[in-house]
Amino acid sequence: MKERWINPSSDAEQKQEENFQTWISAANISFETPEAETGYKERIQLIKNAVQLKKAPSRIPVSPSTGHFPIQYAGINWHEAMYDYEKLAHAWEKYHDDFAPDFYHSPRTVVPGKTLDILDFKLYRWVGNDLREDQEYQFVEGEYMKAEEYQDLIDDPTGFFLKVYFPRIFGELRPLEKMPIMPSVHEIPLVPPAVIPFGTKEVKSAFQKLAEAGDEANDWHAMMVRVSGSIMGKGFPAFSAGFSKAPFDVIGDSLRGTQGVLTDMFRHPDELKEACERITPFMIKLGVAACKATGHIMPFMPLHKGADGFMSDEQFRTFYWPTLRKVIIGLIDEGIVPQLFAEGGYNQRLEVISDIPKGKTVWWFDTVDMARAKETVGKVSCIAGNVPLSLLCTGTPSDVTSYCKELIETAGKDGGFIFSTGAGMQGAKPANVRAMINAAKEYGSSAL
Amino acid sequence: MTDRLIDAISNMKDTEALDITNVLLESGINPMKILDASGKAMEIVGSRFESGEYFLSELMMAGVILKQISHMVKPLLKGEVSAKRKGGKVLIGTVKGDIHDIGKDIVVFLLDVNGFEVRDLGIDVPPEKFVEQIRDFQPRVVGLSGLLTLAYDAMKNTVQAIEHAGLRDSVKIMIGGGQMTTQVKEYVGADAFGNDGMEGVTLTKNWIGGQ
Repeated sequence: MKERWINPSSDAEQKQEENFQTWISAANISFETPEAETGYKERIQLIKNAVQLKKAPSRIPVSPSTGHFPIQYAGINWHEAMYDYEKLAHAWEKYHDDFAPDFYHSPRTVVPGKTLDILDFKLYRWVGNDLREDQEYQFVEGEYMKAEEYQDLIDDPTGFFLKVYFPRIFGELRPLEKMPIMPSVHEIPLVPPAVIPFGTKEVKSAFQKLAEAGDEANDWHAMMVRVSGSIMGKGFPAFSAGFSKAPFDVIGDSLRGTQGVLTDMFRHPDELKEACERITPFMIKLGVAACKATGHIMPFMPLHKGADGFMSDEQFRTFYWPTLRKVIIGLIDEGIVPQLFAEGGYNQRLEVISDIPKGKTVWWFDTVDMARAKETVGKVSCIAGNVPLSLLCTGTPSDVTSYCKELIETAGKDGGFIFSTGAGMQGAKPANVRAMINAAKEYGSSAL
Repeated sequence: MTDRLIDAISNMKDTEALDITNVLLESGINPMKILDASGKAMEIVGSRFESGEYFLSELMMAGVILKQISHMVKPLLKGEVSAKRKGGKVLIGTVKGDIHDIGKDIVVFLLDVNGFEVRDLGIDVPPEKFVEQIRDFQPRVVGLSGLLTLAYDAMKNTVQAIEHAGLRDSVKIMIGGGQMTTQVKEYVGADAFGNDGMEGVTLTKNWIGGQ
């Protein structure tokens, strides 16, 4: 089969330009005032200039990762946030009204608790499922796919997810084990065996649960659309749309678990690499679909297990980077700008990740030496980051101000920089958040 | 032969390590010698990790190999396994609110192979539980683990509870997790912090000595 996603396609640049035009046209947004519309378009222009690295934006765009900060700031608890969509929406509106960062970070990471309840979701614990009202939802680390199952995943990723993985991670979807293998249904005698499972009580019940979960998610979605419309209508564009991941993290986070995937590099290297290859087209399609649906251009891609300390440089180059790079190129081919959110340290990776086409990505860093980032990957990509959460949670406003000033001086020169935090800022002190946004706006206006 | 075992484990040759273990056991070697060799191999792995040659992937791989070896060896030990721990006692847990345990489990594993007697309180451990367990277990080091930002306040509350109970001077307190910094350590009132598992071992050794 032809090797794909090694070099960007010849029309990638043009597609990116078209996508920026679609985003900036703000077709479906009703603005509160003409100034809001102007502000909205100016802010997108800031991002466009920061990303393309052709000319510096008029000022540095300010877009801290909201994380779950608005929940504590609005004084609601996690039960209210996950089960009362109106309260969730209000919390986000209040945060944006009070702090006015340039961009809107959606509350869509605060998922509807009832949808998870209905499906008996096992991959996380949350306030309705074992945790208290003061606890944010948290991932349950585990081995959800056995090493012996790599070949099944490689042979048929969709079938594996539907028939094996979903029954494990959704208690109510166990009956999907009985689903037919889809490519087997293509001849008249193959029809009855394929549909027989759908007539059973168990499978009917699983589909009934999916319908109920879907109804609930639609109610929540309607509220998300409303809150997006109201905040964007005030002139604040959404910072990202949709989601994608590095194939290695899909396997490592959600299927094999940390220990599984890290030891698979020694014990099952070929299967792991092939599985990453098989997941790659899905991750490209995931990012593209969300951007197409929303007229946006930047899918959010949280990166986990390639961070400093998890693996050697050689392992990163062998197992993590090749398929992540393919996802990046696949998205670039569609004119999309992946937002690569490197959680933790990435100081050992800066040279390797610089091997990408210029002006097509955002590399968003956490605990990284931003001066080195600017000198390396910053030559080919917009960089973003990296006010530390530890500072926002435990420091003082004056600590925060001086950090922000230095950050802008280091990373902001000549543009190509989006001011942000190193992670979602839950737990931050409101006074520190205020100091950060004020400092970013002040120094970010005079830096260029 | 035990040298070959040490070499196999410390170089991540899992199949070879298990094969050698089998041969050694069949030859009637004292099983304790296999465990000793495994411990020596872990020392090599640990020092390679500290020098930046090895990473979490090797620590976890070595952990898996060691678990398999001890699974083969332990049934053959007759009461000898409770060889006295010389490294002192460490109490550890993930603080209230946080349910992450990978980091903590790595520290527990490394402390254990380094000869410390570790009591692991698990996840989401409230301050009063730490206090109660300090009284009961009388550790010299307490490790507070956390991944989320909510752990900062939980750690601070835990240190305060230990102080209020009049136990602060009897223990050294270390906090661990990827987001820990000097600033967080000061905020929490801990004695030291670590960002990875080996740092937890180094801190403990510096405070109360190794094997």
